[in-house]
Amino acid sequence: MQASDIAASGPAAFQKSRLEAARPRYGERVIYYLLAACAAVSVVTTTAIVISLLIPSLEFFGEVSPADFFFGTDWSPTFEPASFGVLPIVVGTLSVTFWSLLFAIPIGLGAAIYLSEYAGRRTRKVVKPILEVLAGVPTVAFGFFALAVITPAVQSVWPGFLGDGPGIFNVLAGGLAIGLLIVPIIASVSEDAMTAVPGGLREGAYAMGATKMKVATRVVFPAALSGIVASIILAASRAIGETMVVLLAVGNTPNLTFNPTEAIQAMTAFIATVATGDIGTGTITYKTVFAVALLLFAMTLVMNLLSIRLVRKYREVYE
Amino acid sequence: MSDQFDPRSARARIAVAGAKSVTAGVLSDQPRKDVVRNTLFASVLFFAIAIALVALAWLVTDALIEGAPRLNADLFTNSSSSLPLDAGLKGAIIGTAWIMAFVALFIVPIGIGAALFLEEYANKESRLARAVEVNIQNLAAVPSIIYGLLGLAFIARGPLDLGFVVLTASITLALLVLPIVILVAREAIRSVPPSIREGSLALGATQWQTIRRQVLPAAIPGIATGVILALSRAIGETAPLLPLGAATFLTTDPSGPFSSFTAMPLVIFNWVKQPQEEFQVLAAAGIIVLILMVVVMNSFAIYLRNRFEQRW
Repeated sequence: MQASDIAASGPAAFQKSRLEAARPRYGERVIYYLLAACAAVSVVTTTAIVISLLIPSLEFFGEVSPADFFFGTDWSPTFEPASFGVLPIVVGTLSVTFWSLLFAIPIGLGAAIYLSEYAGRRTRKVVKPILEVLAGVPTVAFGFFALAVITPAVQSVWPGFLGDGPGIFNVLAGGLAIGLLIVPIIASVSEDAMTAVPGGLREGAYAMGATKMKVATRVVFPAALSGIVASIILAASRAIGETMVVLLAVGNTPNLTFNPTEAIQAMTAFIATVATGDIGTGTITYKTVFAVALLLFAMTLVMNLLSIRLVRKYREVYE
Repeated sequence: MSDQFDPRSARARIAVAGAKSVTAGVLSDQPRKDVVRNTLFASVLFFAIAIALVALAWLVTDALIEGAPRLNADLFTNSSSSLPLDAGLKGAIIGTAWIMAFVALFIVPIGIGAALFLEEYANKESRLARAVEVNIQNLAAVPSIIYGLLGLAFIARGPLDLGFVVLTASITLALLVLPIVILVAREAIRSVPPSIREGSLALGATQWQTIRRQVLPAAIPGIATGVILALSRAIGETAPLLPLGAATFLTTDPSGPFSSFTAMPLVIFNWVKQPQEEFQVLAAAGIIVLILMVVVMNSFAIYLRNRFEQRW
């Protein structure tokens, strides 16, 4: 609100001329535009991302037909003869994401319900910061953990009747490590949504004779559902975009399979492997990298927008 | 939210559905079975948290045990080398320090400026402001490797054409973590009550004077929390640096914004990829150093947030 607005709306409105600034505040205008420029940086960033991905991608689709790209099942863009069927690496990414969610959803939601409904103030004060630290551990550490700990552990407990155990690089270990990485996202966003459920709903259920478990599962959980779904979508988007773990633990061989014990190549791993500093601008390899990145960006964009909308929904209902 | 009970509202529907299922449950179940079930449920929930915490502890202890032989002064005084026993983190730490210095230089003014504009100046009801807000939330969730490609196409080459230097890495990482600073800083600015601003304006202060002398000082702890969280995120990021032509073996240590660069997570990543067992030990030691830095920064941020959290 401007100072002059207050003057104009106040009881002494007739004195307006005396309450106005004695001289024009040019400095205030300069500051306004400086701050607006700062806010514009985020818009410029998005525009730059879209442009930088779109131009090489359009050139790519001038050389490779979209049908071959989206529905082809052979991914060997850097070999001769090159083949640009993106399905193997998309399936690779999705299967890593599937295993990570399978691990992270029960753990994250369990943690969220415990923290919001069961834990005392003291426990919450200790556990929440630890989960935040978990969220801050660099992903390269999770990649190392998957390679050095999870894979050997899974190999040693692998039951023979399930077929061959996982190799050095496998989807399962990477999925579990990424799952661990996204647990804090699911836990903290869901916990926020559950805490936002008004106490009146809980108290009403208790007054009807409900047990704590019934309140948690039949009142709080459905009431917080949009926030919970948002947290899962956000976590999935993070898992799809995760690079270091797949690069270190899941391998780098395009492989159209749903078998979690095999090595695959994920979209991010392809980008990170091929887009190094010495990649030649304008070559087909360069364009391929940006086409894959555009697909990755589109996938995560849809998920992020959905999740943002769902979070807004529960905020509108309860706050 | 009005006090009027609207049976069609989402809130009422949820309340009614919850009450229905709870009543049905109470009428049908025997209480004894409930006790068992409740205890079981609570233990399952506790188990979920325990798994997450144990896995984190396992990650740290494993790296600690494996890296212990190399966690000594040599780790910090040796630079990169192809011989695992001579290799160390010195160049990488210097590189990371240069990169982080410039990241901070970018994100502090731009992040605070953007947050101030969005909270204090922009009309929050306007479509543009809402679009900018969604845009920032989305940017916070864009995969980090995509920022690396932006850095490659627009900063290292293309319009800015800086080459593969420290400054390129700093700008890329700054863009990556800027949404974190803006989101946290906005929260901090929003929690300063309007009465403070109105009091200041009523005394004849201009809008900027009000922001500079009243709003900013009150919001500084929250803003600092955001900046530290952002820096700790930037320090551990590897993926966006991969397309930026970082050298994993530098003959000379990075010495300024326009020298070629390397960074701690990159060097560690490269060690993990090496086949020799000695490099794995080195990588584990490096991971401990990196985790320690991040944990110290995050703990400080959380401490700041809790210590200076003001209830107005």
